[in-house]
This record gives sequence, C-alpha cells and structure tokens, in this order.
Amino acid sequence: MAQKDQLDERLLTGEHTELSIDESIGGVVLDQQRHMYPPMKAPFGLKTSPWMVTALMGFTFVNIMLLAITVLLFNGIGVWGNNQPVGWGFDIINFVWWIGIGHAGTLISAILLLLRQQWRNSINRFAEAMTIFAVMCAGLFPLLHTGRPWVAYWLFPYPNVMALWPQFRSPLIWDVFAVSTYFTVSFLFWYVGLIPDFATLRDRAKKRAAQITFGILSMGWRGSAKHWHRYMHASIILAGISTPLVLSVHSIVSFDFAMSIVPGWNVTIFPPYFVAGAVYAGFAMVILFAIPLRKWYKLEDFITMKHFDWMAKVMLATGLIVAYGYAMEWFYAWYSGAPVELSLIYNKMHLFDAPYSWAYWLLIVCNVAIPQGLWIPKLRRNFKYLFFVSLVISLGMWLERFVIIPMSLTRDYLPSSFGYYSPTIWDFCLFFGTIGFFVFLMMLFVRFLPMINIFEIKELKHHLEHDKAHAAHHGEEAKV
Amino acid sequence: MSHGRDSSPKPYGYIASFSTPERLLAAAKKANAAGYRDLDAYSPMPVEGLVEAIEWDDSRLGWLVLGGGLTGICAGLGLEWWASMIAYAHNVGGKPLFSLPAFLPVFYECTILFSAFAATFGMLALNGLPKPHHPIFNAEAGVRASQDAYSLCIEATDPQFEKEKVRSFMESLGADSVEYIETSEGY
Repeated sequence: MAQKDQLDERLLTGEHTELSIDESIGGVVLDQQRHMYPPMKAPFGLKTSPWMVTALMGFTFVNIMLLAITVLLFNGIGVWGNNQPVGWGFDIINFVWWIGIGHAGTLISAILLLLRQQWRNSINRFAEAMTIFAVMCAGLFPLLHTGRPWVAYWLFPYPNVMALWPQFRSPLIWDVFAVSTYFTVSFLFWYVGLIPDFATLRDRAKKRAAQITFGILSMGWRGSAKHWHRYMHASIILAGISTPLVLSVHSIVSFDFAMSIVPGWNVTIFPPYFVAGAVYAGFAMVILFAIPLRKWYKLEDFITMKHFDWMAKVMLATGLIVAYGYAMEWFYAWYSGAPVELSLIYNKMHLFDAPYSWAYWLLIVCNVAIPQGLWIPKLRRNFKYLFFVSLVISLGMWLERFVIIPMSLTRDYLPSSFGYYSPTIWDFCLFFGTIGFFVFLMMLFVRFLPMINIFEIKELKHHLEHDKAHAAHHGEEAKV
Repeated sequence: MSHGRDSSPKPYGYIASFSTPERLLAAAKKANAAGYRDLDAYSPMPVEGLVEAIEWDDSRLGWLVLGGGLTGICAGLGLEWWASMIAYAHNVGGKPLFSLPAFLPVFYECTILFSAFAATFGMLALNGLPKPHHPIFNAEAGVRASQDAYSLCIEATDPQFEKEKVRSFMESLGADSVEYIETSEGY
C-alpha cells in the first residue's frame, strides 16, 4: 500500500470550479496570448513561442508536400520509386501507417466510452482531432497513387456515360468505402462532442466575431435537460457504431494484403494484427502530442500522470499483441511448409543475405525490445522515456509496413522477378510533407478549438467529488 | 393572429438558478411534485436523473438509428446487387455475379454510415437545432447555463402558470436567483 501511494492516482488535480475549467481549457481559444507561452528567444530580438516554432516547422513541410505533389502531377508517378516488381511502395506504406495512427482517437472516444473509462475524458478531444487529420494524410496517398487524382471520383459508384460500375469484390473498393465512412463518422462524432463546448465558448467570448462564429458552430445549444437526454443517447449510439467501424477499417486495410496470394500477405492473422498495431502507433502519437501540449498550455491538472500511465499500459498490451504477430509470422511460415513462405522469412531475417534485414531487425528493436521498459511503473511516468519510446514505436510501426510491403513484393514466386525497392527523394518529400501537414493542422486545432472536452471534465469533476463524498460517508459509518 | 408580427412581450416563464446539480435535481423533483408539467432544466453538463425528475422521456432516436441502419444495409446491398447483376454483369475470375461474402465490407460500412447520419442529424432535428436564439438567452441564467448555472424553468404554457404563485414557489426552492423571462417571439 505504501508503495502505491508514491504514484499519483488522480485523474484530475488542482482545485477547480466550473468556471476555472472553462478558463483553463476554453481560455486557450479565447485568449490568443496563451499561444505566446512559454516565451522563447528568437534571433534579431524577436519573441516567439513553442506554438509559433512548431506551426512554422509544420507549415514549411506543408510547402514541401505541395512541391512534391506538384512535381508528381507534372511528371506522373514515375518520380516515385515504385517500379516492377514493386507496384506498392511508400504510397501504401504511408497510407497504412497514417490510418493506423488515427485509430487511437476512435478507440479512446468510442470503445473507452462504452467501457465507461473515466480516463478518456481529458484526451479524447485531441485524439479524435488526430484521427481526422491522420485520415486526411492517409487518403492523400492512394488518391495520388491513382496517377490521375482529378478522376478519383471514378472510385465511387455513380451513374456515368461509360456505363461502368465499381468492382465490389475488390479490397481496393472496400477501402474506398471503409476510409470514407471512417472519416465521415469520425468527423460527425467529433463535431457532436464539440457542440456543448462551442456553446460555452460562445457565452464566454468577449469579441463579437468569436461570439458569432461560436454561435453558428454551437447551433444554439442551450443545455436543456431534454436536449442532453437525446444528446447522450446519440453519443452512446455513435460510440456503439464507431467501435465495429474502427475494428473494420484496419481489418479492411489488411485485406488489401491478406486477400492476395503474395507470400507473407496471404494470412488470416493480418486483421487483428493490423488493428493492434494501429492502436499501438496511435497511442504513441497521442503521447507525443500530449506531453508538450499539457506543458505549454498548463493543462497538468487535466492530463495527469495517471493518464500517461494508462496510455503506456495500452501501448504495452497492444505492443505484445504485435510481437505475437511477428512470432506467428515465423510459425505459419514453418507450419505451412510452403517453400516460398520459408524463403521469405529467410529473406527477411538473414543478417547478411537478406536485402532488408536491417529494416526487420530495427523493427524488432523498436516495436518489441525498447517498449518492454513500459512494464516498470516509474518509466511509465517518466516523460523522457515515454516521449522517446513513442518516437521509437512510431518509427517501428512505419518499418513494420515497410517490411511487409516491398519485402514480399521483391521476393515473389518467380526468382526472375526478384528486385529491390529504393524510394526516391519525392517519396520522402511527400512522406515528411504529410507529417508537417499533420503537425500544422494539430497546431491550428489547439489554437482555434477547445483541445479538451470541457463539459466532460465538469462531469468528471462532479463524479469524482460524488465518489469522494460517498466514500467519506461510508468511512464515517464504519467508524461509528 | 394578425398579418403584422406581434412584437409585444409575452411571458415565457420563470427560471431559477442553482449552484450545484444536486440542488437542481431536488428542485426539479419538488416542482414536479407540485404539479408543474411544462418544465425544462438547463445545465452545463448532463445531469443524471433530471429528465426522470421532470417525468419526461423520449426514446425515438434509437428507432431513427435503427431505420438509418436498415436503410444503409438495403442501399449498400441493393447497389451491389444491381450494379453486379444488372447494370454491369461481368464474369470476374469465375466468381458468382452475386458474391455475398465479398459484398459484405461495402454494405457493412454503408450500414454504419447511415446509422451515424441518423444518430447525428436525428439528434439535432429532435432537439430543434440549429436554433440560434431562444427566450432563455434573455435571462442571465440562460447565458450561464453553458458555464456554471444549473437552472430550472417553469414555462408559461403550464396550465398552473400564475406569475406570482410561480415566483413564490421558486423562491421557496432556495434558488440563487429567480428571473422572469419575456419573449417577443411566437413561442
């Protein structure tokens, strides 16, 4: 017991009233000066802040992304490293990676809502924002990979003069439906969650423009008990339908591979293994943003050590599922007895004879070895380690997709079609460009929208006080 | 009703505001027990038991979502059936024209999409939103409802509504403030 007391188990710290919660969270949006904190020195005597620096870096990479897209549209996808036998390169690797990152947001907002986990309240809003932005980044890759993105609407079923209809038996069409549904439903869920907070901002705003903007966005929400009743009903339903949705999206993404007959892809473990990997990478990204944001905006009272502890535990658990997936890759290669599967494992793992074994072993170090430190409670609450391990997991999950995709394609059934995949500078520009795009959108989000769910924090505070009063009451009874 | 808009103020109701959800809940129960029926409460967060306290319920949303989901499944599967069997009937790899297992992901996603639309837009429609203005915003308690005020409103449409009686009843509840709301809109 004494040992347990050393760790702070509170979900909400500090002395807060309803108004101080509004001020701490809503104030970030209404008082734009908060984005100049903490002050940093810049050359030429200029003042700047972490928000400015991060947003500027993001914006720089947005421009690199636009440049990469322009070059691509002028020249065609020949500027990428995709070539026989590798038809799917960075475009699909990055698509799968980004979609996966979005999954933590839906897991936190939907599955943890159904499980009535109180620790989701402080992190759900910006995790959901991450979902939306990550899906936007993800969608860009297949869109550009079509080669003619201006006719991308051909992917959707609509009556056309060519009298063509999509091939509904193809996993690529499943992707179109899964990803567009995922984006739409995530956006609706996010917006529904924002409505009461927009009303709070509307009523607290001093400037006319802010009052009008938030007034329109809040749709005239007035907090009526009858409205709340239907609102909570809608939230639970949206959570209930988002849960099978999030599980299906990455399963369908994994079908792109699992439905084919390429060695290393045609396996039944792919759907659960992809979903676990998605949650793994997604939580890593949530931690990467939560650590700096809580410090810059003094949100330590809302995003507490307990939250990081839980997120680290989820990462550890999903990381173990991913490690199990790697072990199963060896097992099914051996158990299948198929020479092509066995030689693929050899071509993945052999230190000197396999072309991408550096990627494979780096993946094992990143995704399996380093995160094992999360077993130790003190390390789960150590920001330096958590930040480092989250970066490592993000890299590891990207490498996992790299290992799965070009490795199988370059070691196919025919030795004559063996090859080697090298991405080009434009592959890297587009990839890093989308990371900048994501960071830039996140910075705009924290500046203009409430990054923590205000009304849920009020509810949480009330519940915690209620529980405390209840416990105190029972404690007294026991004494008597 | 005359053709010209009648802009003379009419009573909307009395609103009493409290500092905690527990006090609001107790007041709502008392108002219901006193026989008031046209009640509503306003709070910055959902308060458990509040709609039960004013004996109000609405479970139509669940049915709307069920309808949305069924529409989605029919639309998705119908589209796949029609496109693959009638509009563009091509033999692909010897697979049956109507390949139900392969059609599952698309109509599954359509079911979820239509259910989500029904849940979101159904909730907004049943709540009568968007509605930029409402008489309760004329009261301080209405503006504070999104921040820290837990308020109970007895509306003028209530059969028992009598200005002085309601006022003294609300004061007897121990509210922090009692406000009379007037509106020039046709409610």
